[in-house]
Amino acid sequence: MALLEVKNLGISFGGLKAVENLNMKIEKGALVGLIGPNGAGKTTAFNLLTGVYLPTSGSILLEGKNIVGKKPAEICQAGIARTFQNIRLFSKMTVIDNVKVALHNHFKYGLVSSLIHTPGYFKKEQEIQERAEEILKIFELESYQDTLASNLPYGKQRKLEIARALATDPKLLLLDEPAAGMNPNETAELMETIELIREKFGITILLIEHDMKLVAGICEYIYVLNFGTELANGTPQEVLNDPQVVKAYLGE
Amino acid sequence: MDLINAILEQILNGLRTGSIYALIALGYTMVYGIAKMINFAHGDIIMVGAYALYVFVGVLKINPVLAAILTIAVCALLGITIEKVAYKPLRNAQPLAVLITAIGMSYLLQNVALLIFKATPIPFGSIIKVPSVKIGALNISGLTIVTLVVTTISMILLTLFINKTKMGRAMRAVSEDKGAAELMGINVNQTISMTFAIGSALAAVAGILYISQYESLLPTLGALPGIKAFVAAVLGGIGSIPGAMLGGIILGIIESMSKAYISTQLADAIVFGVLVIVLLVRPSGLLGKMKIEKV
Repeated sequence: MALLEVKNLGISFGGLKAVENLNMKIEKGALVGLIGPNGAGKTTAFNLLTGVYLPTSGSILLEGKNIVGKKPAEICQAGIARTFQNIRLFSKMTVIDNVKVALHNHFKYGLVSSLIHTPGYFKKEQEIQERAEEILKIFELESYQDTLASNLPYGKQRKLEIARALATDPKLLLLDEPAAGMNPNETAELMETIELIREKFGITILLIEHDMKLVAGICEYIYVLNFGTELANGTPQEVLNDPQVVKAYLGE
Repeated sequence: MDLINAILEQILNGLRTGSIYALIALGYTMVYGIAKMINFAHGDIIMVGAYALYVFVGVLKINPVLAAILTIAVCALLGITIEKVAYKPLRNAQPLAVLITAIGMSYLLQNVALLIFKATPIPFGSIIKVPSVKIGALNISGLTIVTLVVTTISMILLTLFINKTKMGRAMRAVSEDKGAAELMGINVNQTISMTFAIGSALAAVAGILYISQYESLLPTLGALPGIKAFVAAVLGGIGSIPGAMLGGIILGIIESMSKAYISTQLADAIVFGVLVIVLLVRPSGLLGKMKIEKV
């Protein structure tokens, strides 16, 4: 059974069909790319997968269970986490607090122990602290843990977004243009990070990207969207040599 | 020496009233931070708290400490209920609709109290019976001591709660970016409920302290401290928790100094005048963040 199966997924805003008849099948452990020209509906697809938008048709099966109609927080708990095209860190919170927010559902203690700080509270908070430090270490952000997220350099903010998403302990990680605005060095570093988290977490990744070098370099399979519909899918070689794809990107 | 003592006494009076304003202002500022609305019914929670205390102590003859805890619980539940019934359905509505609903809720609470307890003021002696303390020539009343201790503890607990617990972190995350918080698995509705519960619980504490000072119950008793605490929250920078504390204390001291040395009648006018001046100089309040437009 595929980890994620999307069947005939579609959404229309008024008369505009932003995504139509999208079909995807992502196996566990895969690293899949979703590409397409600007306005093709890639981010809309992510918003459908994470419950931000309610699809007007179709179904999304995560491990065989339909998640359409669930709230974003429930979908996150079911195992889909994401980053954002335009960074949406909690900028007034510290780096480590950003990660701790994402650990919210994995450590439980009650209202009373939070108010009067029982020993149970200290134990749980200690565990949260350790787990958050562990995650930051993987991303080489541990020396920034008390920095406000808004004061991080751009490339590190992108990394922190991935770290925060991973902290929710997802089965499927959605990366929305992780290399946007990065210079070639930062992009190369990002590719290494993505490889690293696949190794360490054994996680499945679906990423939107414009940087063809990154996509062709790390993705095993690619879906191409154009005007909300699926244009092509296949291995990077197949897709990038597909005349239709070339036409959509470069024109005739 | 007499003058210094008199001034110290006024500062203590100011601290007492000011810390009550600060407790109420915290509710305004927390709700504003997370729900981006001014909860104009917040002042009336103080009134409900005062009447609830009266019912528990004056009518049902319950032990005052237990009665105070019950009062806090009643107000917290009321806060959650008001949010669920009146504000949650309007979460995506225009701000003006929410504002008018909040004012409507305020009138509803006042009129329900009027219906149950009638318009005649009910005398209700203070439940705080602590002897006054004499330091040199300075006489500090028991009520002042209890008020300062209770408000300080409440503020410390609140600060720790917001900065050091997972629920506090969730509240800060939701207040910054509701959508992103939700996508990180935070239950936004639960977090907003929690904020209203805490704000209302603080208002209940304020109500208990306030009624112990004024000793007379009226359905409109929450209106004036409510609006002054709102001024305090704006003065400190709405949305800022230390701002609300600072704004409340400053307001209380200005009020008590004006009453003592300028004019009792003009005291309120001076308080609101200070707000006007601060907003002219610093529109985002004393500790509020200036918004910088990036082009």
